[in-house]
Amino acid sequence: MDQFTLNLLFVSASFALYIGIAIWARAGSTSEFYAAGRGVHPVTNGMATAADWMSAASFISMAGLIAFTGYDNSTFLMGWTGGYVLLALLLAPYLRKFGKFTVSEFIGDRFYSPTARMVAVICLIVASLTYVIGQMTGVGVAFGRFLEISNTAGLLIGACVVFAYAVFGGMKGVTYTQVAQYVVLIMAYTIPAIFISLQLTGNPIPALGLFGDHVASGEPLLTKLDQIVRELGFNEYTAHHGDTFNMVLFTLSLMIGTAGLPHVIMRFFTVPRVADARWSAGWALVFIALLYLTAPAVGAMARLNITELMWPNGTDAQAVSVEQIETDAKYDWMATWQKTGLLGWEDKNGDGRIQYYNDANAEMQAKAAQEGWAGNELTNFNRDILVLANPEIANLPGWVIGLVAAGGLAAALSTAAGLLLAISSAVSHDLIKGQLNPGISEKGELLSARVAMAAAIVVATYLGLNPPGFAAQTVALAFGLAAASIFPALMMGIFTKVNNKGAVAGMISGLAITLIYIFLHKGWLFIPDTNSFTDADPLLGTIKSTSFGAVGAVINFAVAFTVSKMTAPIPQEIEDLVESVRVPKGAAAAAADH
Amino acid sequence: MSDKEAAKAYWKTNVRIILWSLVIWALVSFGFGILLRPMLSGIAVGGTDLGFWFAQQGSILVFLALIFFYAWRMNKLDAEHGVGEE
Repeated sequence: MDQFTLNLLFVSASFALYIGIAIWARAGSTSEFYAAGRGVHPVTNGMATAADWMSAASFISMAGLIAFTGYDNSTFLMGWTGGYVLLALLLAPYLRKFGKFTVSEFIGDRFYSPTARMVAVICLIVASLTYVIGQMTGVGVAFGRFLEISNTAGLLIGACVVFAYAVFGGMKGVTYTQVAQYVVLIMAYTIPAIFISLQLTGNPIPALGLFGDHVASGEPLLTKLDQIVRELGFNEYTAHHGDTFNMVLFTLSLMIGTAGLPHVIMRFFTVPRVADARWSAGWALVFIALLYLTAPAVGAMARLNITELMWPNGTDAQAVSVEQIETDAKYDWMATWQKTGLLGWEDKNGDGRIQYYNDANAEMQAKAAQEGWAGNELTNFNRDILVLANPEIANLPGWVIGLVAAGGLAAALSTAAGLLLAISSAVSHDLIKGQLNPGISEKGELLSARVAMAAAIVVATYLGLNPPGFAAQTVALAFGLAAASIFPALMMGIFTKVNNKGAVAGMISGLAITLIYIFLHKGWLFIPDTNSFTDADPLLGTIKSTSFGAVGAVINFAVAFTVSKMTAPIPQEIEDLVESVRVPKGAAAAAADH
Repeated sequence: MSDKEAAKAYWKTNVRIILWSLVIWALVSFGFGILLRPMLSGIAVGGTDLGFWFAQQGSILVFLALIFFYAWRMNKLDAEHGVGEE
């Protein structure tokens, strides 16, 4: 069986499974649609949260970004896990005790203001939509590869599949589907990593192999990697190169963004008890950590493998020949990925060989002049293809490659579905039922939820054609927006007595300033070439647009406290509400907002 | 002790536990993983140094321990102050 058929087989089998579960568990009432009737065990909930939350950014994109940058991109690893500590300690138990369905309901009630609720809904929609753009980027890469078509065609087909899939069922369907998706994606991520770790280090656990010895050279793997990339003029893998302040801000943005994203927080409304909300965050992180402890190993090992493939006889011998790339089966993956337009090479100096090196490095330029090289000839290596191409690069069996294709799609699909659900419930439940038409029928509410889903996916697909960055970078922007708007409002709602006006002013200033900062660097509404600055040379010092969320959060807190001090304090009944949210006693099953 | 006082004492203890947990949270990630990495550079771990390990793996393991510790500690605290759910 050829690879194409094998990929198709794995992908369609996994899809059949998810759709089967979605049909089996189709949502009936609105209450079930949003929160699965609260009958979900913490471990199950943790696994579903993990699938929901680990998206194309974690699965497809992150290891590639780590592979080509090294230590500096550890920010993704710390940021996207550290946020769960904030969730578990600062938000989950209290939001569960509050006992409503959505984040904006909490903000609306706690800040006794329909305006606050509206502003929260807008913040959620902006952050979620940006997040979906990142997912669509990943969907395009995955579909492009496994159907062996261009990235753009892959994206369009992927969008149709995501839509068809998300319209099925509500949270209940999604919860059990996501458990299945978690199993598929974690197998797809770890199995190839185990093979590669065994090949390179002899250790079956990739997380340990990363710090083990490289079998072929006898040196520690990371020492070997540092040496080989240094010889080609690249930055040493384990060393720190970027700006430390920006690194701290970026990590912090990802952390507080994790604790401010609606589709993750919503999960904690669905557990039966407050105590379960605490455990659920822990279980979610257990399942997330299985991937996150493997990811840095995947990145480092792939970087080593790619470099060795381009310099099969060592960095001081001749580079790989064009003839070998075209004929040797070990290099078949390059031709396949070339079709997607995400990988490219060019024999610029016409010597029949492809020299891969850092042509911006002065020493390498001197060497190139001497050797007659005309610049780096591996001209295009999209970071987002690394994880999906990884098993092919390591020459693993065909079924592993098929499995990875299925896993990548599971990751992108499950998150896209969760986000679309968050967007659709924000529009139908908060915006339409809560504000515009409180008398809407259950049927009308479900219908408007689905229309909102369709609209969201059209916008995300359109912007996904020209994404503002690699999948994980676009997603990082979404985290920044959530960090600057939602997280501070929730924190202040539970831990302080900030009033309605303070919260509204805080959210608006946090969101607006962060959004403007991002648009100044990434283009207005992410439309290419409308930006005035770049992340290489940002407006404020070394603060990149992806790191600005933490600054936005500080602005949000500062504005909220100042405005709150100057206006009337909160009324007694809100004071009582805050007191009651703080203790688990008396937690009832939450009720819909009737 | 009235319900109100119990709730107050409970909340005070809770905030203290949260603060200490967050100190550890920041120490292993922003501290050992980034800012204090140069200080840990003498401690070799598999071809690199301890700071690199904390940035890529150690911090995640500590985060896990923190969340489970907090859940366990708080469920105990709920019972001690009689503010649990049952």
